[in-house]
Amino acid sequence: MTNHWVDIKNADVVLIMGGNAAEAHPCGFKWVVEAKAHNQAKLIVVDPRFTRSASVADLYCPIRPGSDIAFLGGVINYLLANEAIHREYVTNYTDFSFVVREDFAFKDGLYSGYDEAKHSYDKSSWEYERGKDGYVVSDPTLAHPRCVYNLLKAHYARYTPEMVERVCGSPKDKFLEVCKHLASTATPTRAATIMYALGWTQHSTGSQIIRTGAMVQLLLGNIGIAGGGMNALRGHSNIQGLTDLGLMANLLPGYLTLPKDSEQDYGAYIESRTQKPLRPNQMSYWQNYPRFHVSLMKAWYGAAATAENHWAYDFLPKLDKGYDMLAVFDRMFDGQLNGYFCQGFNPLAAAPNKAKMTAAFSKLKYLVVMDPLATETSEFWKNHGEFHDVDAAQIDTEVIRLPTTCFAEEEGALVSSGRWLQWHWKGAEPPGEARTDIAIIAGIYRRLRKLYETEGGAYPDPILKMTWPYARAEEPSPEEIAREYSGKALADVADPKDPKVVVRKAGEQLAGFAELRDDGSTASGCWIFAGCWSEAGNLMARRDNSDPTGIGQTRNWAWAWPANRRVLYNRASCDPAGKPFNPARKLVAWNGKAWAGADVPDFKADEDPAGGMGPFIMNPEGVARFFARGAMAEGPFPEHYEPFESPLGYNPLHPKEPRVVASPAARIFKKDREALGKADAFPCVATTYRLTEHFHYWTKHVRLNAIVQPEQFVEIGEVHAKELGVRAGDRVKVSSNRGSIRAVAVVTKRIKPLTIEGKPVHTVGIPIHWGFKGVAKPGFIANTLTPFVGDGNTQTPEFKAFLVKVERV
Amino acid sequence: MAQLSRRDFLKVSGATLAASSLVVLGFTPETALAEVRQFKLARATETRNTCPYCSVACGILMYSYGDRAKNARSSVFHIEGDPDHPVNRGTLCPKGAGLLDFVHSDSRLRYPEYRAPKSNEWQRISWDEALDKVAKLMKADRDAHFVAKNPDGQTVNRWTSTGMLAASASSNETAYLTHKVMRSLGIVGFDNQARV
Amino acid sequence: MPLQSLDIVRRSATTTPSPMARAAAEVAVAKLIDTSKCIGCKACQTACMEWNDLRDEVGSCAGTYDNPRDLTDQSWTVMRFSEYENPKGDLEWLIRKDGCMHCADPGCLKACPSPGAIVQYANGIVDFHEEHCIGCGYCVAGCPFDVPRISKKDGKAYKCTLCSDRVAVGLEPACVKTCPTGAITFGTKEQLQHDAAERIVDLKSRGYEQAGLYDPAGVGGTHVMYVLHHADQPALYSGLPVAPRVSPVVRLWKGAAKPLALGAIALAAIAGLLNYVRVGAKEVDPADEAAAEREKEKAHG
Repeated sequence: MTNHWVDIKNADVVLIMGGNAAEAHPCGFKWVVEAKAHNQAKLIVVDPRFTRSASVADLYCPIRPGSDIAFLGGVINYLLANEAIHREYVTNYTDFSFVVREDFAFKDGLYSGYDEAKHSYDKSSWEYERGKDGYVVSDPTLAHPRCVYNLLKAHYARYTPEMVERVCGSPKDKFLEVCKHLASTATPTRAATIMYALGWTQHSTGSQIIRTGAMVQLLLGNIGIAGGGMNALRGHSNIQGLTDLGLMANLLPGYLTLPKDSEQDYGAYIESRTQKPLRPNQMSYWQNYPRFHVSLMKAWYGAAATAENHWAYDFLPKLDKGYDMLAVFDRMFDGQLNGYFCQGFNPLAAAPNKAKMTAAFSKLKYLVVMDPLATETSEFWKNHGEFHDVDAAQIDTEVIRLPTTCFAEEEGALVSSGRWLQWHWKGAEPPGEARTDIAIIAGIYRRLRKLYETEGGAYPDPILKMTWPYARAEEPSPEEIAREYSGKALADVADPKDPKVVVRKAGEQLAGFAELRDDGSTASGCWIFAGCWSEAGNLMARRDNSDPTGIGQTRNWAWAWPANRRVLYNRASCDPAGKPFNPARKLVAWNGKAWAGADVPDFKADEDPAGGMGPFIMNPEGVARFFARGAMAEGPFPEHYEPFESPLGYNPLHPKEPRVVASPAARIFKKDREALGKADAFPCVATTYRLTEHFHYWTKHVRLNAIVQPEQFVEIGEVHAKELGVRAGDRVKVSSNRGSIRAVAVVTKRIKPLTIEGKPVHTVGIPIHWGFKGVAKPGFIANTLTPFVGDGNTQTPEFKAFLVKVERV
Repeated sequence: MAQLSRRDFLKVSGATLAASSLVVLGFTPETALAEVRQFKLARATETRNTCPYCSVACGILMYSYGDRAKNARSSVFHIEGDPDHPVNRGTLCPKGAGLLDFVHSDSRLRYPEYRAPKSNEWQRISWDEALDKVAKLMKADRDAHFVAKNPDGQTVNRWTSTGMLAASASSNETAYLTHKVMRSLGIVGFDNQARV
Repeated sequence: MPLQSLDIVRRSATTTPSPMARAAAEVAVAKLIDTSKCIGCKACQTACMEWNDLRDEVGSCAGTYDNPRDLTDQSWTVMRFSEYENPKGDLEWLIRKDGCMHCADPGCLKACPSPGAIVQYANGIVDFHEEHCIGCGYCVAGCPFDVPRISKKDGKAYKCTLCSDRVAVGLEPACVKTCPTGAITFGTKEQLQHDAAERIVDLKSRGYEQAGLYDPAGVGGTHVMYVLHHADQPALYSGLPVAPRVSPVVRLWKGAAKPLALGAIALAAIAGLLNYVRVGAKEVDPADEAAAEREKEKAHG
């Protein structure tokens, strides 16, 4: 979230799209209800189904799964065509005036530089034009035909309300009503927030859907302000923290990135990530990349990371290709993996195409599962009848299942969607012999280290030289680890303005990332968390909930990254002179000497606004981008592409171009492409989702939740049900080209057939929560049906739009 | 009597059968003044925690038996929302409100277990056996398949034949330590729930 | 607001007066359920079971979101979902938390023949004390909202206590505390009536012209009230009674003098016994049932 949960109460308009906050985040949704009750806010829900969120909305608009870019592109077109944009904001805080290179082009759904064989682009033309001074060329009059504003306008002029109705199935009058509500927030004193979740990410075009939403918000001047923002409602309690800490194939903590094979030279690796400003007097905060990186390597490898060995650069594995989850499971399916660890993760249920997953796991030599619960993954080798029909005698995988503690039995910090790091405390002993994950990881590491010490083996250096300064080596305390990722001074740290002044003494905890150095004098395991455990103690454990300004900032409750900042980009809540656009909801302001207010300024604290520094300090331009440059796989402006399984089979925007039916740059492997189904055999659009009574695949183990939602079902519309001769409570079979499940039919008015390009299309709703373990009635794994195809940027699977057929059992 | 439906009538006359007869026949329950159920949290130990499900990150209060005296083993018997928490202000959704049954779920794992190739059974093993086995399997695979240099002779130091999915509900501290250890082994096939 | 054992205004089947000296200073409490804020998440159902140490059966899906499907001795509250297409053609998903209404004039208490099994506290809570319950089911018949349920396990009647044990120590009921959207609130009845009025103004501004408060006079008002978007059509909310009142049967026999009432019980018992001996346990004939429903509809009309 750019903002945070309580801040939603400041919104005047709330758009929930690509998510179902009432269903999946009910306690956060209370702030929507609060905005309605005490801020006269209007709630808009755009969703294929009339959801629990829709049940309390002022306006509900249906949409076909997977057509969100068409819808949002239509909103952009409406806002530009009707001049419903925050002029002062977009002119000063976005790339509207920047001129794009002459060789950049968009034709027939493809951007310049497409390589059909590789399904990817050469992105060199996706760039701004540079002037003689090296800076980006800007035309503040917006007259230049290739300035971002004009390109944007031309690109989305095709996204008319009629096109939206045809492609999305959203009635034109409802669509226009959505546009009007959003447009009402183009004024400086009104705010709209967008709340989304996996309904946007789980598409082959997920990242671009989210970008389109962000573009709407930028046009309206809704980024960086109270009650505004792009708010990703994250699904697991520490999914934000694990992302922040870089537990992903290509990341290191704090969104630092692993080097590639080609980056053999440390200097070049650092240089490419140390972004220089693209406009005069811009902050370009990634200029500090070396400080973040060196401090990380000092935290991990201590004295073994030196300037001479480029801070142990060789210890870091180099990447030759993507090793994301789908890629790794595909390699596992091909027999290229021997071992796999599942720590509190149940991929047999959570990953697409269960049949492929079962086959993949069966090819492993060993599988290690650490979990508080008996997951499906841990028993992938065991026959569970119709729900999981395998023959254990044919499966050679050794499985070691290790019982872990759950939340109640351990302490530590979790990062919420609002980026708050909150400490929690242990309240009970674990059952039986269950151990903390920390003890298990430490146990494995210490055994490996001993083996490498005594026997030697492949490249033992990083294993032997890793820092392990913990008082109880066999189970480091969460406090010690938290202090390590927050960071400390290894030597006295001097003030850069006056080297005689020591700002931090050796051995002290750092106050924040401003104190990080690239000379090895500081260690911090995750720069964005720097300062969460300072000399003042564990700030994540703070419990002062006072809210002096009444806009919900509670700055002394826990600690938010970065730098305890609660609303990102908050400099943009003020006009160029530093005066709040909306004095009634002031976050920060320039007081003549410094920036101050209800939040920690997301800006250089003493930067006079007259200097023209832009509010988007992480971008080297200093402003927000409509034109993504090379940051996205599919192109600088989002374009509508069909889901990989489309009820149309062609892209209605480019009906004659077979290369752009689905995203031309998405992640799909050849054998998975062959497993795709077509509309003639599978005519309905299916979408998977959560129910409020359950959490993922966990709560089927929880009696109370099994009681309130006991049995697997699918949702079909009344019209569809009538066609099938199905009544509520009947059992139906839902099949895709990859498998089938059977479940009870919930027949509902809440799903209606949509007219897409003149033909009726039914939507089928498939809740995900069931499986063959637990106290709820056993059921089929919903991902039996889903396709193994991922977004081109995040590789997130397309769970939200695929084709099925429904039959009465 | 116009509003007395047949169903209501049946309820009255049918249900009268056994019970009210008892009253008539002289069995009268002891006349007592009402006492509400005893408040069960009176001296329970209260611990602050965070709901482990979604990222709203609601504050919760766990109530457990025992006052943390040496001889008392703590066990949680009730969980409700933390009213001081700025986001949830004491509320919990049906998942949070049902957390007690997660803590005490029949599906909780209690001991390390091992499944041998082709076996149809779990076998209980000790922690030492389990962790020794894991370390040996890892080392054998790493030593056999570690890629120190790619075909172009570039130093790459990666281990691609073992991978990991990390938890999305574990603490920062678990995540950080896991990352530090796994990356130092050279593992690149490393992801978490954020990918899906 | 906290309750103690003597803060009682009424006890079932008891002729001696209840100790009422303290009642004057008691404040009437209430629960306000705002259907326009309810998302049907069932947190209240879950929290109710958790707090009250109940666990209903893991049932099955009958093709709706309603689970458990009805109130039971283990489910003292359930969510009832109905899909309603309004005259404008827009869909409304009307969700109502069902459970004891804590009537000011409680039909269950009036019907109950067992001394002290049902009590009404000075703050308005109507509570069952199962140790005195004889399982006769009169409370079921006497309830205009069809709320109490007889347990198969012990043959006693159960229903929502408004968490009298929590209220007794100054806490709000478990369902109120947990409600994620604030659809359920707890406070003095007077305060909640005020809050409801504010909500009704907001709902009217959003086009719900018939928004209103459900606090039916036929049962003396209730300590559980609803804000409805369509207060003119309570039946839209899974059959919420339009004009509930204490069953005439209860009025008939409880209205009479004590000895007469006892006589009525005896008569009913004997009649019931004879009926049982003659035809066995009476199954309700579907046709009769339908007729009864029609009768009810007319009455509620």
